[in-house]
Amino acid sequence: MKNIGIIIETEIRKEDLSESVQTRVRDICFGMITLARDVNHKLFAFVFNCDSEIVKSELEDFGITDIVDVVIEKKYQNNPDVKAKAVAGALKELDIHAVLGLSTSIGKDLLPRVAAQLDAPLVMDCIHVDIENHTAKTSHYSGKAVATIKTAGDIPIFGIRPNLIEPVMAPADAVILKYNKTASDEKKLTVIKTDDTDSDADRDLTEADIIIAGGRGMKNSENFTLLAKCAEKLNAAVGASRVAVDEGWVPYSMQVGQTGEKVSPKVYIACGISGSIQHFAGMKTSKMVIAINTDENAAIMSNCDYFIKADALQIIPELTMLLNNE
Amino acid sequence: MQIYVCVKHVPDSAASITITGDTGIDKNITFLLNPFDEHAVTQAVKIRDQLKNSEVIAICLGPEKAEDTLKSALAMGADRGVLIATDEYHDSIFTANTLKTVIEQDGTPGLILTGKESIDAEGMQTMFRIGALFDFPVANNVIKLELDDDHAIVDHELSGGIVNTYHMSLPCVIGTGKRLNNPRYPTFPDVVKARKKVIKKLVLTDMNIEKSSSSMKIIKLEPLLQKRKPEEIKGTAAQAAEQIIQILKQKAKVI
Repeated sequence: MKNIGIIIETEIRKEDLSESVQTRVRDICFGMITLARDVNHKLFAFVFNCDSEIVKSELEDFGITDIVDVVIEKKYQNNPDVKAKAVAGALKELDIHAVLGLSTSIGKDLLPRVAAQLDAPLVMDCIHVDIENHTAKTSHYSGKAVATIKTAGDIPIFGIRPNLIEPVMAPADAVILKYNKTASDEKKLTVIKTDDTDSDADRDLTEADIIIAGGRGMKNSENFTLLAKCAEKLNAAVGASRVAVDEGWVPYSMQVGQTGEKVSPKVYIACGISGSIQHFAGMKTSKMVIAINTDENAAIMSNCDYFIKADALQIIPELTMLLNNE
Repeated sequence: MQIYVCVKHVPDSAASITITGDTGIDKNITFLLNPFDEHAVTQAVKIRDQLKNSEVIAICLGPEKAEDTLKSALAMGADRGVLIATDEYHDSIFTANTLKTVIEQDGTPGLILTGKESIDAEGMQTMFRIGALFDFPVANNVIKLELDDDHAIVDHELSGGIVNTYHMSLPCVIGTGKRLNNPRYPTFPDVVKARKKVIKKLVLTDMNIEKSSSSMKIIKLEPLLQKRKPEEIKGTAAQAAEQIIQILKQKAKVI
């Protein structure tokens, strides 16, 4: 048996029809747990400050047998260094063989810190992982190539691209272990402020199932609200091409591409986006691409699954209307 | 203050990549300064111009040709360069060890800057490893940076526009994000002036860099194939929208 560590992300969710809030496991974690399962693996879930019964039962549903509650003092709750050092300590103490985490915005900060603490190998944004052979596949050269990387050294860490595989349930019973040994003198980095914007209002691009993205064809900032309205109906996130952010129509945080976010949703709807090589670098691993463009010669029209030769400003409002009637 | 900027020599994002052998690429393409590192150089120069007795040193582990990337950094305002020449590809663990050793031999870092990631290997970790080796605090994807005598106040951006503000003791390591500044592109006189600046050349094989027992090795490189066969959706706007809904329901199964 090998101990496999899985770094779990939680979120605070408002329960329907009530005012109470609950800490829950983020849905994107379940696919990662599914990926880690193997007859020879004992699955350890690492969670921060969480002794909730709901989290326990959610993790049990997917086959976790050991939950490690990494206890962080309240004043260090948001301190990435304190958290990373605590996880690194716990991984060593529990004799963890390999670690899976998510390549989300949280993971992109936490996993490299843990790896640096342990001097452990790390592969981020994995699109395939073979835990037995310590190999993973990840994007190279701005999405133009896929590299297979073999790690050497103890406790290899793999940052998994969200939504990589479908979660499958496999109920188990779990025990909770508390890990209390956290740093108490962290002075080099202190957190002054955390901007806890409601993440539901601004769905994270890298985690969305559907992305509706706009480019030059959107013409102005107001037209992006058409995309937002449609996105709301589809529970989708709104993205943008470099042109749209450079024009100032939408913030940089919405940019998909080489120098923006790299996404792989189930469906990517490109509205008025020509499809430069740099844009493809950020979205080419999408499962399905639907392109709407008035220019049939735009690069994206010949590199998609479905294309509509039309103005997205006509199609999207129609789509929203139909969804409203459903 | 000595400000070190770690830069990487990477293929132009617009270049097409041809894979040769199992893990190599055809290097007969344009290479340039990693775009995210441009923000690091720009910020370093800005800080130098505000502080007295400061210098900006651009440092690069890469092939002989990476001298061009260092020249770009010098034209953007860095004072001098250090090239650690190597023909081989190195992972971020070894790269961080090398940069740490060379920086320590060269001077006393007050600040270490680098881009938030490289556009070739996309590893997103070298800055954290450099920080751990020096025991300096690290923040990546920094979009705002204010320096004081003994500390820095930085804004770290998570995706989705969420921002954390950190207080970090100096020296520290900063991974620069796109929104930190607008890169200062050199004018012709800048380029001419840069020719007089010094690039110290070291050869990796002459140095005794400690090897970690951990490594990440590329064992295979394959092109990411596009297998999409575009199918046209025809009809009026309303008809097209209806077909999209059917595709989302039946093919993609997302609604």
